[in-house]
Amino acid sequence: MKFYWKLFKSTFFLSAFTFGGGFVIVPLIRKKFVEQYKWIEEKEMLDLTAIAQSSPGAIAVNAAVLVGYKLAGISGALITLIGTVLPPLLILSVISVAYASFRDNLLVQAVLRGMQAGVAAVIMDVVYVLIRDLVKEKKVISILLFLFSFVAVYFLKINTIYIILLSGVMGCLLFTDRKEDGVKK
Amino acid sequence: MIYLQLYISFFQIGLFSFGGGYAAIPLIQEQVVTMNHWLSMQAFADVVTISQMTPGPIAINAATFVGIQMGGTLGAVIATIGCVTPSVVISLFLAYVYYKYKNLSIVKGIMGGLRPAVVALITAAGISLTILAFFGQKSLTITNLDLIAVLLFMSGFFILRKWKINPLLIMVAAGIIGGVLYSVVP
Repeated sequence: MKFYWKLFKSTFFLSAFTFGGGFVIVPLIRKKFVEQYKWIEEKEMLDLTAIAQSSPGAIAVNAAVLVGYKLAGISGALITLIGTVLPPLLILSVISVAYASFRDNLLVQAVLRGMQAGVAAVIMDVVYVLIRDLVKEKKVISILLFLFSFVAVYFLKINTIYIILLSGVMGCLLFTDRKEDGVKK
Repeated sequence: MIYLQLYISFFQIGLFSFGGGYAAIPLIQEQVVTMNHWLSMQAFADVVTISQMTPGPIAINAATFVGIQMGGTLGAVIATIGCVTPSVVISLFLAYVYYKYKNLSIVKGIMGGLRPAVVALITAAGISLTILAFFGQKSLTITNLDLIAVLLFMSGFFILRKWKINPLLIMVAAGIIGGVLYSVVP
């Protein structure tokens, strides 16, 4: 019960502070569940992120559901789902009543701008660790895949779903160790 | 029956928005403005703006906003559930497959290819967000550089590298300090 509460609390606060949506929540989830709580391994988290990216819908929701499922099955997935959806639901319910004054409020804008810089710092910290670990593996193909994917998404603005598909195919062709299955059987 | 209509519309938005974030905007516009006339174009643009300023995915924000206007609190809840139904079902199915077969060499191979790509996606998102924090919507010239944002970013990054600290504390602190500094410095 205490574990469920901690799971709910973590996803609720992560969601409440994730501005801008999209990929922003992924490094934050990673920071909390991999680095702080050590509930999920680094590689598994990246796998779950790839799955979240491959499913339709909001990545924040998908990633939270997958982490919940990994940690506590279907009931865990339900808890992280509610934890993730509740903050935007509550906040937008309040704002929809008085949205014009919220949008034009200077203090609100100032706080949000400051927060944006803080979120950027947290994400770049995660980026630093991820790239450091990738380089440490010393696999040339992995580093090349990283560079190509980065150029494709950042400079060429190619839809991420194609990047995921293509790198999955590349991984299947380049990294599959066919001997391994034979040995196990 | 407005509740059923809300559910079906946002179910479609949830089902067809791959890649998340901005990919969902045209789909939401089509359902909410063009097909069902639930919002005017101006109100829809406001929803997009508000979504940038508030936490949460834009599709969930739009679901809540439209749902509450059309069917009160229950409408907001139903539209939100409609929006997340497809992604939850499909994510769980893929997770089930992943955990069942993750020791197969082919799945390991695929995942080995996906990991560097995911790191690249996170890196790209991080850089975009940092540039947005430093320059806002303006062009990338030194005169447009927001020094307060740079200061908040640098100190946040330094503290995170130096000590194991809850990242939420960094965000809240940046919000409070930013709120004060931006209000004092015009």
